[in-house]
Amino acid sequence: MEIASETAKTLLEVLREDLGLTGTKHGCELGECGTCAVLMDGKPVLSCLVLGVEAEGADVATIEGMMQGGQPHPLQRAFADLGAAQCGYCIPGILLVAKALLDSNPHPGRDEIREMLSGNLCRCTGYTKILDAVEMAAKGRGDL
Amino acid sequence: MLRLPEFRYVKAGSLKGAVRALSDLGPDAMVVAGGTDLYPKMKRGQFTPRYLVSLRFLPELKGIRPRGREGMWIGAGETLTALCEHHAIKGIFPSLAQAAGSVSTPLLRNMGTIGGNLFVDTRCNYYDQTFFWREAAGFCLKKDGEICLVAPRSKKCLAVFSSDTAPVFCSLGAMAILVGPGGERRVLLEELYRDDGIGFLTKGREEVLRGVVIPRAAFGVRNVYLKLRRRGAFDFPVLGVAAAMSFSKENICLSARVVLTAVSSCPKVVEGAAAVVVGKRVDRTAIEEAAEVAARASHPVDNADMDYWYRKRMTKVYVRKALALLAGLES
Repeated sequence: MEIASETAKTLLEVLREDLGLTGTKHGCELGECGTCAVLMDGKPVLSCLVLGVEAEGADVATIEGMMQGGQPHPLQRAFADLGAAQCGYCIPGILLVAKALLDSNPHPGRDEIREMLSGNLCRCTGYTKILDAVEMAAKGRGDL
Repeated sequence: MLRLPEFRYVKAGSLKGAVRALSDLGPDAMVVAGGTDLYPKMKRGQFTPRYLVSLRFLPELKGIRPRGREGMWIGAGETLTALCEHHAIKGIFPSLAQAAGSVSTPLLRNMGTIGGNLFVDTRCNYYDQTFFWREAAGFCLKKDGEICLVAPRSKKCLAVFSSDTAPVFCSLGAMAILVGPGGERRVLLEELYRDDGIGFLTKGREEVLRGVVIPRAAFGVRNVYLKLRRRGAFDFPVLGVAAAMSFSKENICLSARVVLTAVSSCPKVVEGAAAVVVGKRVDRTAIEEAAEVAARASHPVDNADMDYWYRKRMTKVYVRKALALLAGLES
């Protein structure tokens, strides 16, 4: 995809405002909450602290691309099954960071999940259901 | 929304080109690599560059590898994730992996670079705020104001040096490799810092850090980094202790370095603490004395998270713990 945008626009702003991809949420915009996380060349980064021009030539994955062939990703299914979202605002970022974890380490332990998600704040859930959901998706089964 | 102000983005094709651009564009230009310190500060009006010279794609700043007899080369453009996950770094310099792995969050570490962490801007509760907040509270000495809001009688800015990796590199005797208009020069990393919250770097404005080299002499030295902060992620250090020690076969301490971070405006090398343990079989008494000396050199002020007196008191606790770990008295 090719787009012309102002230099001073962050990737977050390019995604949301120029491309209409509003699945990526904006939170603190200062790198302190993790809400705007996207995957750049497979690695989670904060789109509020990357310029659009710095993403030139990179493979950028947002929450809109997480479903494959019309089917939810196992992580999305696990989050839905467990009710791991409350207001849901932080969930797109959390799902993408969790996806990056499972892509590089399909069977992470609880501490590894906790560590990987330590940059994503959630003000509703208390995190337990989120960690449960990632664990459930990694185990590939519908119960814990 | 907190938007970035207007600026021109210069994508340097080479390190030489970046240095030339910095020279040509003058004091209105700044460099950017990871952007994790710079962009928030631009959004809050703390930094106001008209030009950004990007170092992001420069191959000269890459690589983490042993370099001949010199030691370990670490490119300034490598990410903190690359450093903390590097197999050889984890094995030889666990303190460096601990420090890099403790910076902020995994997401920030995927973006933030070694160079950025070494030169991270000094921090203060009165400075690291939005423009709106600072305007309402009154601007401070470090940006737009005339007095230090922490210590109004201070002639000097007291913002806190907050790098996790710098004290570790200093404890290992690392050399910095800088490239400027006059070519390349090498300098002991600790000499790049001074205790001044505004002018905390001694390097020239047009000089770019290419990388650091940990000397071969530091291989085999026991090393550790301990960090005090409120949360297990996100937070900058409110105290950091980097320690490195080597021992003879008879377990006599041959060399020692204790470096503190977040207790002044630069990494604080506490030579007195090291002097206490060198030449001795290190026991609890020697460690206690060294920790006492380090605590006396620690001068946190009331401008970061946690009470300053607590941070000073914890200096002794953390130095004691670090030296005991290195001496094998704790695990």
